[in-house]
Amino acid sequence: MKLFLRGLRSGIPIGLGYLSVSFSFGIMAISMGFTWWQAVIISMTTVTSAGQLAALDIMINPGQYAAMLISQLTVNVRYSFMSISLSQKVTEKFTGIKRWLLGFFMTDEIFAVAAAEDEVDPKFFAGLSVIPYIGWALGTLLGALVGNVLPAMVMSALCLAIYGMFLAIVAPVARKSWAVLAVVGIAGALHCVFYFVPWLSENVSSGISISVCAIAAAVLGALLFPVREENGDKEVTK
Amino acid sequence: MKDFWIYLLILAGSTYLIRAIPFAALRKKINNRFVKSFLYYIPYAVLSAMTLPAAFYATGNVISGAVGLVVGGIFAYMGKGLTLVAVVSCAAAFLAECVMMLVK
Repeated sequence: MKLFLRGLRSGIPIGLGYLSVSFSFGIMAISMGFTWWQAVIISMTTVTSAGQLAALDIMINPGQYAAMLISQLTVNVRYSFMSISLSQKVTEKFTGIKRWLLGFFMTDEIFAVAAAEDEVDPKFFAGLSVIPYIGWALGTLLGALVGNVLPAMVMSALCLAIYGMFLAIVAPVARKSWAVLAVVGIAGALHCVFYFVPWLSENVSSGISISVCAIAAAVLGALLFPVREENGDKEVTK
Repeated sequence: MKDFWIYLLILAGSTYLIRAIPFAALRKKINNRFVKSFLYYIPYAVLSAMTLPAAFYATGNVISGAVGLVVGGIFAYMGKGLTLVAVVSCAAAFLAECVMMLVK
């Protein structure tokens, strides 16, 4: 119970961040002609930002099932790496059925917080998933129903919440480890290239470019600064 | 309408399986040093690629976005918790937008 509660608390900032992000997803879905309950069902069954955005674009045209599958696989392939990564950190209590159930909640942010733990108990992971999931569903509903009521300045400021959370996850580790700082720098710089070079930003979706940049940076990191043999998750520290 | 449910099935099904299959299938510890290192770095690399440069445009205004990120970055560097850093970033961006409105 203690672990569950600790997870619950760790999920609060993610939930707050999701509330604002899914709020804009709700607004977008309505503006593209979806109903409020369709937007909410998409959020409650899928729980992913980039994938859902890509899906809206495809769903407004009939019959593009293959395009849907291909776009989801490329946008979401990063989740496989996260699942593999986290499978190395879970306790023995994380049995098969719990993995099938809780794997549903493997979002970027839930993964990032869980990965910062020394070992991940299923109770902690379950607690961690609750508030982000509610935030994601509730934000979509609110965005779809009352999208344009909040002052624009409040809405736009809230969009930073998710990135503030990312900073708080990365900064303490990057501060202690040159290697992590280098990997973070490479991934960010590479993604700026994808963003600012016109041909790349026009032809490569953000889901794919995020995966490409992250994989390239992590491969470079693994080649240049391999983690120490005896201790898998502690690399050379400053 | 029929399309919606088929689309939903593909969308939710593929997203779920791509998350759950690797999580459920990998029961052994990986011993390959390269793979271990890659898996250690991948979460930070993903977060960084998602943040840069998108975070600067998240508020719709590069200046308020940058103010929020710098203030949030300072708090994050000091080791403050996720909620506090998130709230401080939003508050700083909001104040920056207020100031810019007054100056205009």
